[in-house]
Amino acid sequence: MKMKKLAAMALAGTLAAAPAMAELVIPDLSYRTGPYAAGGTPFSDGYQDYFNLLNARDGGIGGEAIRIVECETGYNTEKGVECYESTKGEGALIYQPLSTGITYQIIPKATVDEIPIHTMGYGRTSAANGEVFNWVFNYPANYWDAASVMVNYLLEENGGDLSGKSIALIYHNSAYGKEPIRTLEELSAMHGFELSQLAVDHPGQEQKSQWLQIRRERPDYVLMWGWGVMNQVAVQEASNIGFPMENFIGNWWAGAEHDVTPAGAGADGYKSLNMNRIDADLPVFGEIRTLVHEAGNAAGDGSNVGSVLYTRGMYAAMLAAEAIANAQEIHGVTDVTAAMVRDGMASLEITEARMAELGMSQIGPEFSVSCENHGGSGLGIVQQWSAADSQWVALTDYIAPDDSVIDPLIAADSAAFAAENNIEPGCL
Amino acid sequence: MLYREAGDFKTTYVADNQTFPLKLDRIGFWITMAVAWLVIPFVINDYWASSLLVPFLIYAIAAIGLNILTGYCGQVSLGTGGFMAVGAYACYKLMTSFPDVNIMIHIVLAGGITAVVGAAFGLPSLRIKGFYLAVATLAAQFFLVWLFNKVSWFYNYSASGQISAPERLVAGVAVTGPSTPAWAQYLICLFFVTLCAVIARNLTRGTIGRSWMAIRDMDIAAEIIGVNPLKAKLTAFAVSSFFVGIAGALFFAVYLGAVEVGEAFGIQKSFLVLFMIIIGGLGSIFGSFAGAAFLVLLPVALKWIGVDVMGWPTDLVAHFQLVIVGALIMFFLIKEPHGLAQLWRLAKEKLRLWPFPY
Repeated sequence: MKMKKLAAMALAGTLAAAPAMAELVIPDLSYRTGPYAAGGTPFSDGYQDYFNLLNARDGGIGGEAIRIVECETGYNTEKGVECYESTKGEGALIYQPLSTGITYQIIPKATVDEIPIHTMGYGRTSAANGEVFNWVFNYPANYWDAASVMVNYLLEENGGDLSGKSIALIYHNSAYGKEPIRTLEELSAMHGFELSQLAVDHPGQEQKSQWLQIRRERPDYVLMWGWGVMNQVAVQEASNIGFPMENFIGNWWAGAEHDVTPAGAGADGYKSLNMNRIDADLPVFGEIRTLVHEAGNAAGDGSNVGSVLYTRGMYAAMLAAEAIANAQEIHGVTDVTAAMVRDGMASLEITEARMAELGMSQIGPEFSVSCENHGGSGLGIVQQWSAADSQWVALTDYIAPDDSVIDPLIAADSAAFAAENNIEPGCL
Repeated sequence: MLYREAGDFKTTYVADNQTFPLKLDRIGFWITMAVAWLVIPFVINDYWASSLLVPFLIYAIAAIGLNILTGYCGQVSLGTGGFMAVGAYACYKLMTSFPDVNIMIHIVLAGGITAVVGAAFGLPSLRIKGFYLAVATLAAQFFLVWLFNKVSWFYNYSASGQISAPERLVAGVAVTGPSTPAWAQYLICLFFVTLCAVIARNLTRGTIGRSWMAIRDMDIAAEIIGVNPLKAKLTAFAVSSFFVGIAGALFFAVYLGAVEVGEAFGIQKSFLVLFMIIIGGLGSIFGSFAGAAFLVLLPVALKWIGVDVMGWPTDLVAHFQLVIVGALIMFFLIKEPHGLAQLWRLAKEKLRLWPFPY
């Protein structure tokens, strides 16, 4: 059996090495090891399974087979750069590194190499300005949207008035965690709430002093920008100090099943944002189970289907696949290049009809991308963990961010980037 | 037979004192230099530069720096990551404050600033030794990383706290920024490696190097024979930090282009460089190169074998990598505690006697 498998792998290797075969190369810069693996694994499983489904069901995209090149980054920027360099030569069409640090690293490189990057709900927020960041996309939403959606949700809970309230932000002390600070400071000045900031260093296991401070200062709300093991520790610590969980809100990277299950019943009531809906009964999951998993092509152990981050990884793959299909349509060829995929992304339109057709009705908001706006609609929902049922329950419909606050910030930050790098803003 | 000193006569003191007294060594050295300077720049591509050669060269500089402090002067330091961060942030501030000055000057100045910071953190070494000093340098590591995270002046108040290197040219060719050609990236690192290695080699052969080694071997005896421990220890810290600072500046500006201090210059970096000199060989310039090569190239080689040749899942390979590198470190420490440099020395000894060993 083992020999057979090895032989099959060797055969697959020689087939993959054959240069004549036209194919769509999708690198998957995943991380299945290290302190962030709990989040990286289901995302990567969903990402790969969807492309494998397209290969099995439709023979790829537009008749071109998809080849996934996986590379382990461990959420480490140095390894991320190595992965980028080692995969770009294979004809990579699109990068989704699932790491804000790696994104910052490869934005300039990919711009020079002319390969599009899609950072869905992470990465550099000001990349939403497509005239400065021609090759970077962060639809359907970004961190500043998330911060604004959180504040809008709290406004709604408090009858439209947050003045005099205190909000603490507990964040991963990295580019990722620092992203929302500017927006929250702006919003705090606007709505009159008091903002305090608590940084947690990589990897995030040490949070005792931060939660001690929260216990002492008793903020009305705690917002969290966490990832990996930091989320689990934070939820546990919050439950240890008896912080009211319904006033503790994580962003969309701090709201997966594995973040809350370790704290058991203590995590009940914890809220988080989500940019996609979770529905384990989506028809697409059934197709993945029958066509991919039963055929033995599952990316991981197949246990993550339908979980929050698996769904999001699959959603990311769907957006990439739709952009490639769009590019094929625009340019009239099936064997698209990275530059063509960029065009496909810049004119992407996701409608409910299309999502339903793909078997993932209502998975995300409807949005369209343009050359100027790479950021999508910025909508987010608030979900709450129910420990008794072991599932996330959506509390709200999609909440819109306050664009009047975010747009000037994006304009200012992208203008600074353009000035620093001598970029003349404009459409390609 | 093949490798021998017989017939290699020296007739002047200068000839006797040269860096490589054996003719074969000299030939080997010049061939290496010729390949590094004249062949590799023409065949290098992006992957080889940014995955293998550039990190190897930069870590070699850092390892030479730490080797001066730990290997030659006997002062254990766990602050290498922090000092690299000083070099990187100094280089960033200089690059953005004085954009018209040549980047080469900035890199050397960044080394100089790191030397000052390193000497300041070296002051406790006059009173404390061994493990206690290691703890004091560990404090430097954590303090410096905290400082660069906390004070936003260091990262020009950017929202993300990251620093990113703007494009800078040397002789009309970009050496930092995304449009840097692979060969330019490689050559600027090679230039600094060559410079640092030559300086380090000659420093360690001279008065100052001998005073470091005297302190390392027995500080009280050294003091009695007239070595000033204040001067010896502080110069070791300063020179070591100078090299480490240059490595940090190159690491940020040339290799990564954008860094986040906590991740790029954390405690793991200090340990990595320390492992490099332990595996390579304490008190040896060649050992610094060997150790850097071992720890930079081995993981990439293992990944290539595991994922590209064998087709194993990437997470399995990543875990195996840790196991294999860890096992090899233990193997080397047990079988050859003096590192790869000692293996090389033994190999040369055997070659001298071959084919008539006794």
